[in-house]
Amino acid sequence: MAERTRESFVVVGQSVRKVDGVGLVKGKPKFVADVDLSNVLHIKILGSPHAHARIVRIDTSAAAQIPDVVAILTHENTPSTRHTTAGQGYPEPSPYDARMFDTKVRFIGDRVAAVAAETAAAAEEALRAIRVTYEQLPAVLSIDEARAEGAPVIHDEADSTGIYEAARNVVADVDIDVGDVERGFTESDVVIEATCETQYAQHTPVETHVVHSYLDSDDRLVLRTSTQVPFHVRRIVAQTLGIPIQRIRVIKPRVGGGFGTKQEVLLEDIAGWVTLQTGRAAFISLSRAEEFVAARTRHPMRVRVKLGAKKDGVLHAIEMEATSNTGAYGAHGLTVLANTGSKTLPLYNKAKNAHFYGQAVYTNLPVPGAYRGYGATQGYFPLETAMDELAERLGLDPIELRRRNHIRAGETSPIFEKLGEGREGVSQTVKSCELEQCIAVGAERIGWREKRGTQRREGPWVHGVGMSIMMQGSGIPQIDMAAATIKMNEDGSFNLLVGATDIGTGSDTILAQIAAEVLGVPVSRMIVTSSDTDLTPFDVGAYASSTTYVSGMAVQRAAEKVREQILSVAVPMLKASVEDLRLAGEHVVGSGGARVSLAEVCRRAMYSSDQFQIAATASCVPTESPPPFLANFAEVAVDLETGRVKVVHYVATVDCGVAINPLMAEGQMEGAIVNGIGYALSEEMLISSTGRVRNPSLFDYKIPGALDVPNLEVILVGSYEPTGPMGAKSVGEIGINGPIPTIANAIYDAVGIRLRRTPFTPERVLTALEGERRRKGER
Amino acid sequence: MTSRKLTINGVRRTVDASPGDTLLEVLRREGYVGVKKGCGSGDCGACTVLLDGRAVNACLVLTAKAEGKVIVTIEGLAKGDALHPIQAAFLDEGAVQCGYCTPGMVLSAYDLLSRNPAPSEGEIREAISGNLCRCTGYVKQIRAIQAAAEQMRGGRNG
Repeated sequence: MAERTRESFVVVGQSVRKVDGVGLVKGKPKFVADVDLSNVLHIKILGSPHAHARIVRIDTSAAAQIPDVVAILTHENTPSTRHTTAGQGYPEPSPYDARMFDTKVRFIGDRVAAVAAETAAAAEEALRAIRVTYEQLPAVLSIDEARAEGAPVIHDEADSTGIYEAARNVVADVDIDVGDVERGFTESDVVIEATCETQYAQHTPVETHVVHSYLDSDDRLVLRTSTQVPFHVRRIVAQTLGIPIQRIRVIKPRVGGGFGTKQEVLLEDIAGWVTLQTGRAAFISLSRAEEFVAARTRHPMRVRVKLGAKKDGVLHAIEMEATSNTGAYGAHGLTVLANTGSKTLPLYNKAKNAHFYGQAVYTNLPVPGAYRGYGATQGYFPLETAMDELAERLGLDPIELRRRNHIRAGETSPIFEKLGEGREGVSQTVKSCELEQCIAVGAERIGWREKRGTQRREGPWVHGVGMSIMMQGSGIPQIDMAAATIKMNEDGSFNLLVGATDIGTGSDTILAQIAAEVLGVPVSRMIVTSSDTDLTPFDVGAYASSTTYVSGMAVQRAAEKVREQILSVAVPMLKASVEDLRLAGEHVVGSGGARVSLAEVCRRAMYSSDQFQIAATASCVPTESPPPFLANFAEVAVDLETGRVKVVHYVATVDCGVAINPLMAEGQMEGAIVNGIGYALSEEMLISSTGRVRNPSLFDYKIPGALDVPNLEVILVGSYEPTGPMGAKSVGEIGINGPIPTIANAIYDAVGIRLRRTPFTPERVLTALEGERRRKGER
Repeated sequence: MTSRKLTINGVRRTVDASPGDTLLEVLRREGYVGVKKGCGSGDCGACTVLLDGRAVNACLVLTAKAEGKVIVTIEGLAKGDALHPIQAAFLDEGAVQCGYCTPGMVLSAYDLLSRNPAPSEGEIREAISGNLCRCTGYVKQIRAIQAAAEQMRGGRNG
């Protein structure tokens, strides 16, 4: 077979329409809630009013008397199996510290009971009639309180497992060394240290968590759920409810956004239990307020970075120490913490000495989980602002400092091997990296040379520019697994069956493009079925920037097997040898120009001669995780009177290998960056002194709207990743890491203040400006 | 339950509604599930429909208030297989990711273009500012609405 090159692609690299797009723009019933709900039981959950309390007694007798109430679930009548809600590979690296309903509540909004009723109104009325007696316990409301001597123990139960040190509220502890970091700092000419804190922030998919459950005609439990991880849902629900995996079918319809919060089994156990107990179809959907309080968030962190460099601007030592608040449960606690180091430190592989140390601690606060960026976002804030400071101390342009230190193709970092997804990592050499080009193109586009250091004034607004660079990964090496099945139909069309989970990312489309490329057909000839545990092969799901790289490779391999089968059928038809045949334009074409259509080939295989089903399944377990690379440049304006920060222009230049569908790759970047801008400037879950979320609405928790986004340019700087399908790497997460450090560095360029805590609200900016004025006045 | 007479996508229908039922609840119950729920408090725009031609949040409209008015939902926009130019442009410009906010955003754009066939970028941003999207950065929606406006103007002139 001829080597594939970027130039030879026919379908890959084209911005074809989404395969599910027409139905979506017409508003067809594609989502979980879009079915007839006239005969379902409506489920509502009673959330805890206390941050930390034991349930002494639950009296449901009055609630049970309310008409139309069918079932009431509490810790007294549901399975008590400890599990994790984190939808990760098995065995999960998160502790088994959750129960369906526990005898203790650990944050405001934690599950106390649930009611299933004929109407939503009856279920809500019943919740109000449940009488709960609590024994309140002292609450832990910050990472400092969690680590204090004699702090209340949040997980004091005997049956939880996988917690690093429950008695001290420590969920996870990570400590890795390369070289000798202390000596590294001693040998350095310049040392910079910065500590940054990030806030509670939420994913806010426009569709909240929603599940529809029913028994099929064979009494199997069907869960139609808005999830990123259908196969993990099946496994974890089986474990939690104590029923065989075989009895459960999970179907993922279209999903209205995930971003990590749906990599979690939040409602499926309750809906499944109600359906199993009552035999009735059930429906549960979180209200927006419940989503804010009881769904997942990003892990708030305090991260300290220390950099040591020689006079020539080459890093000699890097230390990163992270403390992560993992809330009331430890879902993703270890792995997000580990990724704070593992997805950031390899970027600066010139440093011979490195140390990463971190702990994740429990608090009686909302529960963080997976969130796009997965710890790297929290790590890049101090790392990239410290690099900005280091450049200043060394008298170097920040771009030049990056150039002297960042990893390049053909290079490796010991961190790849030392630090992985909550355990040892996998050593790898970077094979594709166009970061230099990304930096050059972005700097040119933003006007770096003309604008940097000019502090241009426009009334009360002062302009500045900042930059940052970063990497992420493509899947979890030697852990993630994806499989794909392709079968052929006698009209020359193909079914593509993938466990891969399209949550709006467009993966159904790009996977169809990869298969179509191999099979020599347009995308319109691929019928995509994804994420149905009865129909499609296994895939870990949509997380860790894995789908394009891992699932894409499984699809490519399956397509190549099918291609071989097609050619073998065509050999006698064209009286040619296999080596002379290729697939193109829905035909098998011989070297002399003889051709036979795919439809004819399949009809022969199905009906006439040596019959068999042309079909194949293939899997992929990646052996490495090639990083995509990103350079960010922002021009901001800071209002000296109000402290408001406005992003005027944002340029993101990304190397994601070959973009299978360029418009969709840009879309991933644009969405991630705008989410990151919200994270940098406005988004913050405000929490009261008792642990209550004070702003659980999209009115009070401000995510960017169309008027809030800057002139945003995403530029795809192509490379070819030799280990990827069609040269591709991932692009799903990396963009969200950019805005915080880039905007922080641009603010410094404009007005000379270093902001260490997100979001950069007008209040925080004004306070910092006043501090800076005082400091200057004192001099 | 009270019977209410509504004109939905050109069809006169009688629906049952309780006094507190919002137009969002009733439309979804009647099968117009392209009308999405994102918040129920008028903050996200996923439930946008046209009420007498103007984009409104259906979650904030009591059904009684819609009686006698003309309602258009996303289901009423395409003519058979032929997508409305705004819908086609959303697909061609890559403006659809998860698609959950898409119906509302398309209808807000429809409202804008019916009043202002040649909007500026600022006017487009303003028109869709009540439609929150978490997947995209609005860049492609703005471009799609510009492309649709151009095509609709061309169609009208030709």
